[in-house]
Amino acid sequence: MTTATVDRKILPPPIERYTVLGWVYKNLFSTWYDALLTLGSATVLYLVFAPMIGWAFTTAKWEVINANLRLLMIGQYPPSELWRIWACLYIAAIILGVSWGMWVRGSGGVGIALIVAPFFFMLFPSLELNDRLNLGGIVIAALAGFFIGRARGKSLSRLTTLSWIVYFPLVIFLVRGLNEEKQFFGVIGSNFWGGLLLTFLLTVVGIVFSFPFGVLLALGRRSSLTFVKMFCIIFIEVIRGVPFITILFMSQLVLPLFLPAGLTLDRVIRAMAGVIIFSAAYLAENVRGGLQAIPKGQFEAAEALGLNGFQTTIYIILPQALRAVIPILVGQFISLFKDTSLVAIVGLYDLLGISRSLLAQPDFIGRQPEVYMFISAIYWMFSYVMSYISQRLEVRMGVGER
Amino acid sequence: MTQASPTRSTSTNRLLAFLRDERFLQALSQIIFILIIGGVAYWLTQNLLAALARQGIRLGYGFLTETAGFDIGEMMIEYSRESLFARALQVGLLNTLLVCFWGIISSTIIGLVVGVARLSTNFIINRIAWVFIELMRNIPLLVLLVFLHGGIFLQLPRVREAIAIPGSIYLSNRGLTIPWFTLTPAFSIQVPELQGFNFSGGLTLSPEFSALLIGLSIYTGGFIAEIVRAGIQAISKGQTEAARALGFSWWQTLRLIILPQAMRVIIPPLTSQYLNLTKNSSLAVAIGYPDLLSISNTISNQTGRSIEMITIIMAIYLSLSLITSAILNWYNNKVRLVER
Amino acid sequence: MSEQIINQPIISCRDVHKWFGQFQALRGIDMDVQKGEVIVIFGPSGSGKSTFIRTINRLEEHQRGTIIIDGIELTHDVRNIERVRSETGMVFQQFNLFPHLTVMENITLAPMRVRKWKREQADEVGMQLLKRVGIPEQAYKYPGQLSGGQQQRVAIARALAMQPKIMLFDEPTSALDPEMIKEVLDVMIELARSGMTMMVVTHEMGFARAVAHKMYFFDQGQIVESGTPDEIFKSPKEDRTKLFLSQVLSH
Repeated sequence: MTTATVDRKILPPPIERYTVLGWVYKNLFSTWYDALLTLGSATVLYLVFAPMIGWAFTTAKWEVINANLRLLMIGQYPPSELWRIWACLYIAAIILGVSWGMWVRGSGGVGIALIVAPFFFMLFPSLELNDRLNLGGIVIAALAGFFIGRARGKSLSRLTTLSWIVYFPLVIFLVRGLNEEKQFFGVIGSNFWGGLLLTFLLTVVGIVFSFPFGVLLALGRRSSLTFVKMFCIIFIEVIRGVPFITILFMSQLVLPLFLPAGLTLDRVIRAMAGVIIFSAAYLAENVRGGLQAIPKGQFEAAEALGLNGFQTTIYIILPQALRAVIPILVGQFISLFKDTSLVAIVGLYDLLGISRSLLAQPDFIGRQPEVYMFISAIYWMFSYVMSYISQRLEVRMGVGER
Repeated sequence: MTQASPTRSTSTNRLLAFLRDERFLQALSQIIFILIIGGVAYWLTQNLLAALARQGIRLGYGFLTETAGFDIGEMMIEYSRESLFARALQVGLLNTLLVCFWGIISSTIIGLVVGVARLSTNFIINRIAWVFIELMRNIPLLVLLVFLHGGIFLQLPRVREAIAIPGSIYLSNRGLTIPWFTLTPAFSIQVPELQGFNFSGGLTLSPEFSALLIGLSIYTGGFIAEIVRAGIQAISKGQTEAARALGFSWWQTLRLIILPQAMRVIIPPLTSQYLNLTKNSSLAVAIGYPDLLSISNTISNQTGRSIEMITIIMAIYLSLSLITSAILNWYNNKVRLVER
Repeated sequence: MSEQIINQPIISCRDVHKWFGQFQALRGIDMDVQKGEVIVIFGPSGSGKSTFIRTINRLEEHQRGTIIIDGIELTHDVRNIERVRSETGMVFQQFNLFPHLTVMENITLAPMRVRKWKREQADEVGMQLLKRVGIPEQAYKYPGQLSGGQQQRVAIARALAMQPKIMLFDEPTSALDPEMIKEVLDVMIELARSGMTMMVVTHEMGFARAVAHKMYFFDQGQIVESGTPDEIFKSPKEDRTKLFLSQVLSH
């Protein structure tokens, strides 16, 4: 007996055309109180933002930004040595481009948009030709990196990770310079670092130096030796329990007293010390989470194989723990970028600090709204972009899998 | 081999065994660590004492009983130039507690509202909440505070041309003036009115306090909003579906089913946001609000006693942190789900 | 090693006691294992069998009694502990492979770091062992990409890479899906037949019947009964042994 199978044609789904009106209805006016909310909030938005936008385009005096752009960006860094900063930016662009192309699948379109964004900065009114060319060059470098990353794929993975790790110390080296005497590539002391450059330098130094320190604290906190454990716990909890600004005050006022006579550290170095201590304590807590997640069996297997404590930590435990907390660490470093603004309170000339000193000049009194909006926008932009990139990279690297 | 090697005597063997005993080695590493730390501490202390001697400073907390000699802009208790430094610190502490108290309340309200709004089906509300959260998460608090204070409050017009907001709220260079209640002679609500060059009635919050409170509230509120959103989304969809199937409205579902459960997920990270707010209140020093840190900074500059002041400040903030987290841990334990 | 008395046991335990706080997990264990013997330890959960096998390589510390492995007494002396660990290899119930290293790296890590072998030597030995346990083609995969049975075989190879004189197995098949138990047991049987001294905690009675020289029944921290597989299966003396065997062998 043949079973009668009704052969139905497989139909394509009905094409739902959302008219603009249909979408508006569904999302904004679906119920009466929805409509009310929509109208109410639209009104409030208008009342608040219309005057603001009006102000931005009419009464606001944006010349203050134009006149001081270099100061805000790099402080007093000697113009003749600017090539070093550009070099750092170029290298970053290439590595970032390669990372993006290699590790981010899917909407490469968004990636291209991000990379091309600096193009718009080229249109900024007060830039010199040289700077514009360099900005354009950076975009090209990033794009080149992107396509290389796409083409070569995973084979460059190790090299790229290595580049990231080497990049941060390299930046410190490049910006600071080498030799006291030499004309070419001499030392540019920390008192010349300012503006956004100083903000980034503080962040980078914070990351580089707090990392080993923080990992040691985390390991020490889990030690079975009571004194070591107590010391680490007290250190971590005290630093985390007090406001960051008190640590900065401490490093500015109290730290010099603990140094031998004759050794003076300039303010920037002292602030860096404060940043490093602060960052290390938080890093220790984050790494501790990763360490706690490692099953006891890993330790036992290593022990049974004859590996000693040191070998076990280096080859088995730390690689697993660190890999597990990479997203959290990246988040911490982005926060560090924002927290560096506090050095303005102790008189350093980072992006915020230099803005405040700028506003004290007779020419620019009363220009607070313009300047603060500008630096808010800069902080926002860098922070948001860094967060976004780290989210996309994290997804692709499959952290947590393997 | 259990037999001792013939070239070593038994006592040497015993000594070697002792030196290789794991308990001995552990104790030894601790002792070495203590010696290193102790050594470093000693060296630092020596440097400190030498530096203090060079500058002719002697450590001691007696200065707290000396006359302050400076004015404070706003205070909750009696204070004048003739008051003691210790008194000045009390003023600062109370000011800090005041802004933290109101800050915690308002940031929670803002956080709840924005967090729920973030999940709304209404497109505009949803997006406003999203923009708010992204702004607060990416702009440093200090920049926000400085902007609010220097870029907004200090730019406000004089009292006579104050900006009026519906609800009898006025913004002027004197700060934020709002209706308030008085308890004497009897409970009544006062609406501020312009009289001459000032407002009478109501409560006027200084530009510094206003900027700090508003800044702390919206900044922390943004983070709390994310916590609330994540907490609500963490409650399994099944709960929402069951509630809706039973006939509850969206609002009832939220209030009776979702939020009570979400609270358990929300409380721990909420704790750390309150702690952050308490610590962040110290940024008042940048905009001139006389909180604990500002005043201690003034004292420190006047007397040169930076070490003593720093220890006092760190101790007070540590205590505040510990107390806040103790209270919230207690609450957390109380509301924990009782499981089989 | 100079004059070694023939028939000196390779593992010798006398009156071994162990406490976890107030709870006594081992109450006076006496056991001798000769070189090349395969010992199976079985018993209900909580009987101390895992605890016992873990005292052999010092993953647990015994508070009373003596344990002598290949002439080395296990005390607090770190050098003795080190030497004992280099002569014993352990295979765990949860495999405990290192997830961030490839299979080959898992196997060669310890020989290279502890015995200071060169990479080529380690790789060669590693590949031989992988062939021996039957999965040479998995050498450059990560543990997460392997099945449970394959992972446990890698764990065996990893332990063997250190060329131990004694292999300890702590319930090696208890965490495996039934269809993979056989492949692991086959490897263990081959290992037993090649003359390795083995101490195995397991419920797999088929394995015991096939290769065990002696079996020990543990209950509440003591050895209740011991004997050859024949003796244990055909004529168990103690009631507790009979009860346990009837429970284990029924399914």
